[in-house]
Amino acid sequence: MTDTSPHESAHTRAPASQRSRTAEMLEHAKRLGKMIPVTIDGNPIEVPLGTSVLEAAQRLGIRIPTLCYHEDLCLAGVCRVCVVQIEGQRTLQAACSYPITAPINVSTHTAKVRRARRHVIDLLLSAHVGECYTCSRNNHCELQDLAAEYGVDAFRFGRRETRRYPIDASSHAVVRDMDKCVLCRRCVRTCIDLQEVGVLEALRRGARTKIGTFMDKPLGSVVCISCGQCINRCPTGALRANDPTDDVWDAIDDPDKHVVIQTAPSPRAAIGECFGLEPGNAITFKLNSALRRCGFDRVFDTNFAADLTIMEEGVELLLRLKRALVDRDSTAALPQLTSCSPGWVKFLEHFYPEYIPNLSTAKSPQQMFGALLKTYYTDLNGLDPRNVVTVALMPCSAKKFECNRPEMCASGFKDVDYGLTTRELGKMIREAGVDPLKLPKSDFDDPFGTATGSGVIFGTTGGVMEAALRTVLELVTGLKVEKFFDHADIVPVRGFEGVRHVEIPVTQVGPVPPLVAHLFNNWKWLKGATLKVGVAHGTANAKKVMEDVKAGGQFSQCHFIEFMACPGGCLGGGGQPTPTSPAIRAARAKAIYAEDRSYTIRKSHENPAILKVYDEFLTDGPCGHRSHKLLHTTYTPRGKYIE
Amino acid sequence: MIVSTRTGSLTFAEVAPGKGMDVALARTPADVLRWIDASGLRGRGGAGFPTSLKWELAAKSPGALKYVICNADEGEPGTFKDRVILADFADLVFEGMTIAAYCIAARQGIVYLRAEYTYLRPHLEAVLARRREAHLLGKGIAGRAGFDFDIEIHMGSGSYVCGEETALIESLEGQRGEPRNRPPFPIDTGYLGNPTTVNNVETFAWAACILARGADWFKEYGTAKSTGHKLFSVSGDCQRPGVYEFPLGITIEAFLQEVGGEDAKAVQVGGAAGQCVPRGEFHRALAYEDIPTGGSIIVFGPQRDMLRVAANFLEFFIDESCGQCTPCREGTIKLLEGVKMLQRGQCSMDYLEELCSLGETMQLASKCGLGQTAPNTFLSIVSHFRDEILGRTAAWSPE
Repeated sequence: MTDTSPHESAHTRAPASQRSRTAEMLEHAKRLGKMIPVTIDGNPIEVPLGTSVLEAAQRLGIRIPTLCYHEDLCLAGVCRVCVVQIEGQRTLQAACSYPITAPINVSTHTAKVRRARRHVIDLLLSAHVGECYTCSRNNHCELQDLAAEYGVDAFRFGRRETRRYPIDASSHAVVRDMDKCVLCRRCVRTCIDLQEVGVLEALRRGARTKIGTFMDKPLGSVVCISCGQCINRCPTGALRANDPTDDVWDAIDDPDKHVVIQTAPSPRAAIGECFGLEPGNAITFKLNSALRRCGFDRVFDTNFAADLTIMEEGVELLLRLKRALVDRDSTAALPQLTSCSPGWVKFLEHFYPEYIPNLSTAKSPQQMFGALLKTYYTDLNGLDPRNVVTVALMPCSAKKFECNRPEMCASGFKDVDYGLTTRELGKMIREAGVDPLKLPKSDFDDPFGTATGSGVIFGTTGGVMEAALRTVLELVTGLKVEKFFDHADIVPVRGFEGVRHVEIPVTQVGPVPPLVAHLFNNWKWLKGATLKVGVAHGTANAKKVMEDVKAGGQFSQCHFIEFMACPGGCLGGGGQPTPTSPAIRAARAKAIYAEDRSYTIRKSHENPAILKVYDEFLTDGPCGHRSHKLLHTTYTPRGKYIE
Repeated sequence: MIVSTRTGSLTFAEVAPGKGMDVALARTPADVLRWIDASGLRGRGGAGFPTSLKWELAAKSPGALKYVICNADEGEPGTFKDRVILADFADLVFEGMTIAAYCIAARQGIVYLRAEYTYLRPHLEAVLARRREAHLLGKGIAGRAGFDFDIEIHMGSGSYVCGEETALIESLEGQRGEPRNRPPFPIDTGYLGNPTTVNNVETFAWAACILARGADWFKEYGTAKSTGHKLFSVSGDCQRPGVYEFPLGITIEAFLQEVGGEDAKAVQVGGAAGQCVPRGEFHRALAYEDIPTGGSIIVFGPQRDMLRVAANFLEFFIDESCGQCTPCREGTIKLLEGVKMLQRGQCSMDYLEELCSLGETMQLASKCGLGQTAPNTFLSIVSHFRDEILGRTAAWSPE
């Protein structure tokens, strides 16, 4: 029984009952192009063979309610909310997972169907500890919405008021409240199929079924990478981020504390969704005003630190290339892997710890900023770092884990005190009675005020690579990157394809710029070289690339690979507003690229604030002694061992 | 245990092992399929799907790797006839699997053996070893170059739902035993994504007999839609529990006479997933077109409390539901709560009606056969034993 079919080619570990196999079959069938006539509620339509009943109904504008279905995930067909009647069939069928292979006549709201859906919703409510007032998902809960849609006016089968499970708050990132779980298994499919981490699974069976971890260990002690993708796809309040807003308010309310916040580009492109804006509208400068109204003493742009990251990471890459190509040093550890996505870093520490030497030692922008705020910034302003509280607005739940890493105290203090998600800041702004959409715009505070477009695009997959390439190419060639790419848009590294491989020839080299003159004599050794880079987003894709690296495939020949833990990059982060879908993420990406275009300075090494920091504070330059102490870090091989 | 038929011994004891396979291998696979088709053999696990059609679909499904799986996860409460077949007639079962492999061009067979039957494994392995030695398994079976087929045994782990064919396949693949979405069906996307036929132990044994004795011989017994003999496992309030062989179509009345259960007030046909037939319907027949069964017959004597019967089966489903789909996982809990309310005399007629409606939803909307049949017993007891179950008081005691 060692034979396996091509279906099993290790691209997912999800069991078939939860896997996209049906979806794959549908995809295959769709390519055949055969059109099947079907009738839904009396409306005729022709759909490609293999289309699901749900999809066909959507094309006709007929709404079928769903719960366990999610656009990003494989089909489970377990909640049974979407059942429909297909003529000639004894039982009702789940519209989400029923592929159309022959002409059928579907009814979506017969008495039987309505009764069944109502029963299913009643049953879900009977098993759910519905503390709606105190729930993080109050007013944007899919279970609430379903109950409203189906006019649930009583708990027909009772309701659960006593808790069965303790709340698991062991993780810095994700809090699990399994009494609110409706067992739709979106989190399971997110973890095992979308992200290929596989921390969550259904345990036990029948009435005792619950979603849990290996041996039901706390989430903080298993191989969870803190990406929070499960939170984004949970329909109820069963999964939420570990929320520090009370502590942040306490700091703001304390007159002795100087509270500063840095905002990352992705939450700025998405937080409007918390206030009713359509996805794809960034409110960066209105948000600055809202944050000041909330009581933050200073508002800084994480993009400054993103530019700094590019300087450090880009120079680190050039140093590794020199070691490999000039010094013939076999320990140069290429390809260099990006390190700004803390979920990805934890993924590598768990699953590929042998590649830790390849991880860039540069900290993420959040952490670089924190270290500078409690050193450079406090020096400049005569502040005691003990009284400075650094908050970071991030699209990310793993950033909460990252700022609590013991490695992240280079300033002598906790570099970043609190990581807030987009959702949490939205809540704080509402609590302060502020409508950010109605506020005037205002700028970021100095001394880090000026940002570049390169920092902005960190928020989307391929963005770090594009920013790094803009800087590296200009440093090495001495020419404007616009000479090689129109408007400095390095289009080949953009897009939502899961894995990308790009080659960029270095046809000519220029003089070594003064900023790095202490590190390099000339660039002759790079002339005629081809820079090979890769991009992957979502850890399932990261796994593909790492397996390829291990096997000596094309990615093992790369010099630099960008990894983002979340699908779409930071804009699809686990701290972003719900819901999420490919269309929502694409809209956010569009907003981010538009913001990049709007900056006059679009390259990190041209950012005057960056040049000033190297001039005044990090005087031994990028990858120099001081920057190593403050801006670089070490990693922890974790492996898969569970205590 | 009584193992009996009207003629005194089981048909399986009379059919010489090896004959069926000789006959099959002398014909083309298509001929063998026609032969099975002519016999009218339907799945002996209870669902009654035509065996020849299942094999034909698997045969036509494209794929170089195909599998024949013997469902020996006999877990239906009150069923124990496969145990007898495996203990006494394993050769016939393996012969049937080999014939199926010949029909669909499978190279690998798997017996998915119920965890509780671990004690049968050494015996089955010995039979397999003997068949390999005799070139009835392995490469070039019976001297036919290119006909390679072997059988291995895979132990179940104690889950009832793994008797459902797609859950069984999940379990075989090393996953949690949970039913898959259907379509696709195992005949095109089964074990490891390959075309797979999953049949009951008894089905394979009958297939071997049909080849040995002919389709006409098989069809002589039973009804037009339910041909042949079938094994039944009889337990409960009767004088002679045991394994019986009867032609399909036998009425419950006649059946009860044979087993000494004439005074029964109800009979549970088909195990927990079956239905509870009251005395007034004992004229009905055990056949696919009337009351289908995988063979489990549980007799309830006059003294049985039918609410206890309902509670017992519901407790079973609450434990054995895989927990995937809402109607089955939560619905069984609500039905049991309802039974307990009835026991205390605290269930209003309105709520009872609501529960029956919920039961219908479970039958219609559950993902797999387990959930779809879980409310059957509750519904039949509520509809047939109204006088007995209504109007109880908290002080009422069944004894």
